[in-house]
Amino acid sequence: MDPIIETGGLTREFRVRSGVRRHTVLAVDDLSVRVEPGEAVGYIGANGAGKSTTIKMLTGIMVPTRGSVTTCGLRPVQDRRRLARQVGVVFGQRSQLWWDLPVRESFRILAAIHSLPSTAARERTDELVERLEMADFLATPVRQLSLGQRMRAEVAAALLHSPRLVILDEPTIGLDVLSKQRLREFLVAERRAHGTTLLLTTHDMGDVERLCDRILVIDRGRLAYDGDLPGLSRTAGAQRVLVVDLAEPTADLVAIAGTTHLGSEGHGLRQRLSFDAESTTVPRLLASVAERAEVLDLTVEEPDIEDVVRRIYAARR
Amino acid sequence: MRGVTRTVRVYWRILVAGFRRQSAYVMAAFGGLVANTTFGLLKVAILFATVRAAGGELEGYDVALMSTYIWISQGLLGSINMSGRIEIADRIKSGDVAVDFLRPLDVQGAAITTEVGRAVFNLIPRGLPSVLIGGIFVGMALPADPSAYALGAVSVLLAIAVSAATVYLLVGVPGFWIVETRGLQILYMVVSGFLAGLFVPIWLFPDVLEVAAQATPFPATMMYPVDVISGRAAGLDAVALVAAQVAWLLGVLAVGQLLTRAGRRHLEVQGG
Amino acid sequence: MAESALSRLRPYREVLASRARSQTSYRASFVLDLVSSLLIGVVELAEVSILFHNVVRLGGLEFSQILLVFGLADLCFSLADMTFGHCDNLPAYLRAGTLDVFYLRPQPLLMQLVTSDLSLRRLARALVGLVALVVGLTINDIAWSVPHAVLLGLAIVSGYATFAAMFVWAGGAQFFLVEGAETTNAFVYGGRYAATQAASVWTRPLWVVFGFFFPMAFTAFLPAMWLLGVHEPDWLPHWLGWCAPVAAVWAWALALLSWRWGVRHYQGGGG
Repeated sequence: MDPIIETGGLTREFRVRSGVRRHTVLAVDDLSVRVEPGEAVGYIGANGAGKSTTIKMLTGIMVPTRGSVTTCGLRPVQDRRRLARQVGVVFGQRSQLWWDLPVRESFRILAAIHSLPSTAARERTDELVERLEMADFLATPVRQLSLGQRMRAEVAAALLHSPRLVILDEPTIGLDVLSKQRLREFLVAERRAHGTTLLLTTHDMGDVERLCDRILVIDRGRLAYDGDLPGLSRTAGAQRVLVVDLAEPTADLVAIAGTTHLGSEGHGLRQRLSFDAESTTVPRLLASVAERAEVLDLTVEEPDIEDVVRRIYAARR
Repeated sequence: MRGVTRTVRVYWRILVAGFRRQSAYVMAAFGGLVANTTFGLLKVAILFATVRAAGGELEGYDVALMSTYIWISQGLLGSINMSGRIEIADRIKSGDVAVDFLRPLDVQGAAITTEVGRAVFNLIPRGLPSVLIGGIFVGMALPADPSAYALGAVSVLLAIAVSAATVYLLVGVPGFWIVETRGLQILYMVVSGFLAGLFVPIWLFPDVLEVAAQATPFPATMMYPVDVISGRAAGLDAVALVAAQVAWLLGVLAVGQLLTRAGRRHLEVQGG
Repeated sequence: MAESALSRLRPYREVLASRARSQTSYRASFVLDLVSSLLIGVVELAEVSILFHNVVRLGGLEFSQILLVFGLADLCFSLADMTFGHCDNLPAYLRAGTLDVFYLRPQPLLMQLVTSDLSLRRLARALVGLVALVVGLTINDIAWSVPHAVLLGLAIVSGYATFAAMFVWAGGAQFFLVEGAETTNAFVYGGRYAATQAASVWTRPLWVVFGFFFPMAFTAFLPAMWLLGVHEPDWLPHWLGWCAPVAAVWAWALALLSWRWGVRHYQGGGG
């Protein structure tokens, strides 16, 4: 089967002027990647690592300096308009909707833009409205929507023409926990139903864990990791942290299997334990702690993307 | 005494800040120069033809003096606010002006001083080159008397001040009541240039219109300084024009101050 | 799938219709906008008439004849400004990221830009131009015939097209020029100013820039001269008034080239 995305030695240089001198910056450096139809790929990296530049080259907004890129079997720059019919993009920061129009109008215009026959368009719109629970605000102008509502509308807009590939650029940024969860569930269901390929750039490990079965890490323009999530945690050695609030001051909870005790506060009322996915799970860990003390409350801190990326980079050296 | 020194220093800093902000827009200044030259050459064509068609002299303008009028007025464009855009209007719309009122600085004074700083800066990349280009490529008549230039410089500074103060009064201040001043700004843009004698010297207007224009502060922002520098108004006439500018400045500032206070009270009542 | 031309235009019509609706929905502010627009037209006409308060003939033309030039130019410019005026505000689109969104739609970029907005308020200014044009056509002794009517029609269409091309040229140029608005304004709005004038007073350099390169003289002055039967300036052939369509084609060639270069620059490469 033809890959949905294939890049070979993809490179993008920028000439930057700092003061008087000019030097070249490699925003994307020799990126060779192959994404098969139906995959869900997380594309992570620090800010300025080259994620948006890659997406711009995948969609034809930017011309590569060197190397090749094929999206849905088409050349993004030369076949941009044909490609646009097969790709849907959701920008977290930029809107594809018409700001002062009701949401419903934006969908109508987009259906016309993609030349969707009216019955098919109506059915698809109804389907998306129902599954993303947008019926309440269909008549509201986009600029009056909350962030959560707007993101749902953007996702619907990107999926209206049933594209083969959906690219999401920081889609859950700024959303509350409930909205994030609902959006993720929708994307998972959509993939299952239509076999849509997903490419997701994000800073949120939660997105990565729940949505992606493959992860690409980009660091300063170069591909630092290409594999699955367990492999990533293993390679990075990144750890999650369980923070427990106990009922009574307790001695440090050291020597619980698979954890490292990081610290205690308030004479042992709050304790921090780091662990990794390989050695134990949260329920098992919680059980071990509960054997020793009564737990009032708990939090799990995720390793942040920058931390993982830093570790990857260090591991590569 | 120390209070006065401190106040002066604060205003000086605001002036310099407005000055410095413009240096980021040197490219825009170059663009402004291109615009000045283009419009200047077009005006030369049409206005020279007008003077010639009138027999070589029109309301005291001969071709050379007309050239001076054209290039100096174009040069002043970057410094005289004909667009009606002023920062305080945005600050009122966004509500930031509430913070300004809490500061120990006069809102009117700060707004106008910022404008003046910006304007004075623009004299260098935009004002001088326009005059030079006009002088070199077209030629113009300039007064021989050095005192004309000294008075002219004063007149230009006064014009800048009157312009800033007038924009503040007519576009900024109403914002305290109506918030959205875009309509006023466009109206200001349409009217201010015309009545200031930007496209045609006001002395060429039909009498009724000429009198009407002089009943507004706009000629004080451009027509009068151009007349003083070009030497069209000399000696006592020039002093009279400068005196008129001073009068307009004081008047507009006074009304502006009164209305700023009223505006502040209005905002406080609104709770905004 | 065979699509009729009309159905392909549907998305463009939808966006324009919605922009028109949103502008007229705030009745009071729209009326204020119309009034300002009307005032701009009136002031511009006043500037021309004031000159004739002082002299009888300018560039060999009387006020009644200049009125025809002014009317034709200002009408065409206002209509072009209404439909294409937003194109020279490209930096705003770049800042908002709207241009990137255009890339993701299966439509030509320029079509999307042009149809993304329109300014209904400029109709009021067009009214001033129209009135001046009608007056100019009636009070002058024009020897009306079929060719005259044809020329008038050609001039209006070509004038509109030429001014529209200027806005597109400006948009393309602004991809390159940092803070390029004033530079392009010099030729777009300077061009308007030039087009309403008696070009017979122009020096040779002005003829090069606004006569032939940015063909402003062809939008109103030269057609008007033919209509009036006035041979000004005498060093140019009288039939040039019929070349307004040629000027429009040339202007669009400039515009599309400028747009193409600009887009290439934005994409960062020669493809």
